[in-house]
Amino acid sequence: LSAGKYITASCHISNNSVYRNGVLLFSNAGADVSAFLHSVYTYFQINYSRFYKMDGLSKLGWLTSEILLQNLLQKDQYKPEDIGIVLSNTNASLDTDQKYLVSAKDIASPSIFVYTLPNIVTGEICIRNQFKGEGSFFLFEDFDPEFIKTYVSDLLDNDVLQACICGWIELLEDEYKAVLYLVEKKSNSESISFTTDNMLAIFENKSLIK
Amino acid sequence: MTRNVFIVANNIVSPLGNTTEENFTQLTHGISGITKHYNAAFAPESFYASLFANGNDLITASDPQHTKFEQLLITSVEKALSWCTVNAADQKTALIISSTKGNVSLLETEQNNIALQKRISLPASAKLVADHFGFAADPITISNACISGIMALLTGMRLIRSGQYENAVVTGADVISKFVLSGFQSFQAISPQPCKPFDKNRSGISLGEGAGTVILSANPSSANDIKVMSGAISNDANHISAPSRTGKELSYAIKQSMDAAHLTATGIDFISAHGTATIYNDEMEAKAITLSNLQNVPVNSLKSYYGHTLGAAGLIESIISVQSLKENLFIPTLGFEETGVPDEINVPVKLLNGNFNNCLKIASGFGGCNAAMIFSKQ
Repeated sequence: LSAGKYITASCHISNNSVYRNGVLLFSNAGADVSAFLHSVYTYFQINYSRFYKMDGLSKLGWLTSEILLQNLLQKDQYKPEDIGIVLSNTNASLDTDQKYLVSAKDIASPSIFVYTLPNIVTGEICIRNQFKGEGSFFLFEDFDPEFIKTYVSDLLDNDVLQACICGWIELLEDEYKAVLYLVEKKSNSESISFTTDNMLAIFENKSLIK
Repeated sequence: MTRNVFIVANNIVSPLGNTTEENFTQLTHGISGITKHYNAAFAPESFYASLFANGNDLITASDPQHTKFEQLLITSVEKALSWCTVNAADQKTALIISSTKGNVSLLETEQNNIALQKRISLPASAKLVADHFGFAADPITISNACISGIMALLTGMRLIRSGQYENAVVTGADVISKFVLSGFQSFQAISPQPCKPFDKNRSGISLGEGAGTVILSANPSSANDIKVMSGAISNDANHISAPSRTGKELSYAIKQSMDAAHLTATGIDFISAHGTATIYNDEMEAKAITLSNLQNVPVNSLKSYYGHTLGAAGLIESIISVQSLKENLFIPTLGFEETGVPDEINVPVKLLNGNFNNCLKIASGFGGCNAAMIFSKQ
């Protein structure tokens, strides 16, 4: 039997705007992707020098996880191995793949090459938060909330994980979108049911059904 | 009651052969696919790798619709399907594809534009492979560094256990081009000789290309089918390109897998390691094996036969391990002479005969990821 599962927080970043639990927190119209991501880092007063080493996809995904988890996840409730990350997108690390090949015409750079894998962002989030549970990166033509919901529910129901950060992180040249959900087995005053409808509403920034 | 998941067919397409049996026979004779190559489009200097020969009849210009990467997947899936009754068109048959870099080499040879970007995306390749065989279910693609192949098998096992599917065709491939070679060279991780896993004189990776396919089913095809018992994944949370200093996190994945399979250390008959032959990977694995109390269990790395086949490695190495279980014949690690890891583990240099029932497959990759999986006889 499957126990209840709840989206206890969400963070959506697209169109130069940052939403947490459906509330607009920050917007910086007109900035290009790189300037926008830096303005998010500054606005939320995050201090983490590794941020400057990251590629675009990792910056985007890492910032989304930071805002998702702000003052929220009581990490001491969980063991490091109990928290996992299930991510997805269409283009894997193509944005950095392109940059790497340009750089490799002169001298190939190991610091760029290491980011030519989509799951490096998982590693960045794990390093920051000391999460040691299962992480996986799936590729789909479009966001597939049904697959993510079913897969993450299975991990939680079978006690592979007790909490999971899941969703979509895509960045290719000027196009980007990141939507992450924190899914737990315990509800709170702001949580909503972990359903594909709720995932889609957050993905598309529509009003939520409690 | 937990549903059993059986391996009803498998295939390896590599420079060593186009069937699992051909590949296994080559390994029992100590034959490696790694040779010296010179290709100015890949690198200014010669390098050691296991690559398909130009003009290999598996990869033909007569199929312009599919890239070399996709032709490898298609060839391997076709051969595996021919060995079993699993039907691709059945809504209850999943297709799971694993690759680290897929068609990225197109960036080296084609004009980059939006159409090319779409062509390079792994879901585009997945759709072409799915359409070729008429899969009814939407394909699932995994790209999670060097543990992609094991993760794909684990995903297939779970999709069958949960009852969502009856069968899963799990396939993976990677091809070598300037992209991957120059990247590992930039890390000074490419060995100037064929790689020597766990050896004192090891000096890095040899790369390789190939494809592997495993067909999983809830319905056994024979009493000889090997079962996928369990698997687990962990993250080091330590460094994006260097492995854990302690091996604790890989050891955690091993423990989770052994517990789920109701096995203790004495129940594991052999281990198929990742064994890339970099200093740090092999040390970390030896630590994890020792932490798991498996230091006396025979361990091999197949990287000195295949090179590091990236997204295919977990599949190819699992298939050889499954064949070892079936034939009760353990493959030694080519190139290994004298132990070069601080925690002494058991790396045989000769073929071992035995009565093998359970084996452990492990892997680790960039991003701090680790994976473990257990295969058993019925």
